[in-house]
Amino acid sequence: MVETKQSQASKFGRIEVRGVSKIFADSSGGVIEALAPVTLDVAPGEFVSLVGPSGCGKSTLLRMISGLDAPSSGQLYLDGQEIQGPHYERGLMFQDPTLFPWLTVQRNIAVSLEARKLHKGQEEVREMIKLVGLEGFEQAFPFQLSGGMAQRAAMARALVNHPRVLLLDEPLGALDAFTRMQMQDELLRIWQERSTTMLFVTHDIDEAVYLSDRIVVMASRPGRIKEIVRVPMGRPRARNHPDFFRLRTKILEILNFLHDDPTGYQI
Amino acid sequence: MSKIADAQILQAGKKANVLLVFPVVTFAIALLMHLVLPDAGDTLARPSAYPAFLAILILLYLLCVAVAFAVPKLLSFLSQRAPIFAAVFLVLALWDLATLKLRLVPLPFFPEPGRVLAVYLNDWEVLGTSLFHSLRLQFTGYFIGAAFGLVAGIGIGWSKKVGYWFTPLVKMLGPIPATAWIPVALTVFPTSFSASVFLVALAVWFPVTIMSSSGIAGVPNAYFDVARTLGADNRFLIFKVAIPAALPLIFIGLFMGLTTSFLALIVAEMLGVKAGLGWYISWAQSWAEYDKVYAVLIIISFVFSNLITILFKIRDRVLIWQKGVVKW
Repeated sequence: MVETKQSQASKFGRIEVRGVSKIFADSSGGVIEALAPVTLDVAPGEFVSLVGPSGCGKSTLLRMISGLDAPSSGQLYLDGQEIQGPHYERGLMFQDPTLFPWLTVQRNIAVSLEARKLHKGQEEVREMIKLVGLEGFEQAFPFQLSGGMAQRAAMARALVNHPRVLLLDEPLGALDAFTRMQMQDELLRIWQERSTTMLFVTHDIDEAVYLSDRIVVMASRPGRIKEIVRVPMGRPRARNHPDFFRLRTKILEILNFLHDDPTGYQI
Repeated sequence: MSKIADAQILQAGKKANVLLVFPVVTFAIALLMHLVLPDAGDTLARPSAYPAFLAILILLYLLCVAVAFAVPKLLSFLSQRAPIFAAVFLVLALWDLATLKLRLVPLPFFPEPGRVLAVYLNDWEVLGTSLFHSLRLQFTGYFIGAAFGLVAGIGIGWSKKVGYWFTPLVKMLGPIPATAWIPVALTVFPTSFSASVFLVALAVWFPVTIMSSSGIAGVPNAYFDVARTLGADNRFLIFKVAIPAALPLIFIGLFMGLTTSFLALIVAEMLGVKAGLGWYISWAQSWAEYDKVYAVLIIISFVFSNLITILFKIRDRVLIWQKGVVKW
């Protein structure tokens, strides 16, 4: 049911990555291939996770889709238009909430309206505050918020523009395990309500399996896509379901993290 | 349980009330000592405003105490400060003792409190004019210097090109004490006032430039990244992201600039300008009127301390979003 809702609601938010690579110059004058040419399509309203070890280029790819960094080769498109530079249609969230500490929660969420010189939208800001459950904290400053609350505020700030794509770079990585699971459900709820395309970078395989439609498994040196795994489970997903374990095992295998169990135990 | 708590509060209250008596005791010591002990031989007996001054101080204090019994908050404030108020009378008494009564230190270099007090009564007009001139110079110079410092600092911190060309200039000019420019300033500028404005401004300019440029350069890149994905243009990045983020350091620069500008102000007035508190000090010194020197030192202390307080009050208002800031 959720699936059909997604496909009906989303017309925007198709990402196309065409042979995109990124090469950095290192300090000794050599070059580092952070990302070998990759090609990837993300459908409108799809939830796609990027997992892989450090240095696999997942954050690099995300930054290029955000437009903050330019690719060394290849092209990136959003809904058929080439991505050149950052735009509020592609929202971004980091592990650190990076709320502006000098602004209240409300003004942080409204900051992009100000940046875009829109003189209305306070209604929208209130709606966002409600969406992420921060009513009553409108006038709080970031230093007064817990990690989870700060991340909710950051999410509201990114969503206030109704972006076609939300790019999330380990947004839940700094939260404790319980807040994290709670925020995963929040994220899914918001995604289902807004049907924004989600591109989600994470280290946590369980998180990727719990959230995503597809999981892009990446490898390092050079950064590249190793395999793309579809998650055929409906939602909400049971974290203890045999299919959940099977997928988790499969991804660990792809990442070469699974050793032979001396007991010979099989899931 | 509540009885014990009541008793504790009562006892704390009694202790507070005992503290409130301290200033009265030290006042009595200071006054009696002044009136009863004979003056040292070399001092001309003359009517002094000192006892009246002590009386006014204690009356003001008692008035506050009287009001405070109606306002509990003020009472706890007063009883907390009472030992300090008591110490003020004690310091005055010791000063009086060491000078007028025992003459442990020689005149004219160490006048008694009564003489310094007499300066305010006899010379208040000149003192007032001097204070006005100093403040006018201080404010003009400070605002000009701070404005130039902000523009230079933000430019250097923001733009690589501006930083490339202006950092060496700041590094060369900044460490020269503003007062070393006095001979040059007095010849280059048409009036001694404009010369002094330049000197004060120069003294403020350096710390404000350094602190605001490092403030801007130290803004985390993630702030800019996020702002750009939210639709911010360059103008927004400078004025709504970089500057607010750099404000804590900018305020440190403004504070450092304030203290260096006081120095520049007083020295400039002592050496070049024919008005102001600095001029008053050097003029009084040339007549060996040290009572006047002390009178001005006390004014300077009060005024400058309050200027710093004002700056910190503004800072606390602006940086309400920060926790754990420097206390003044």
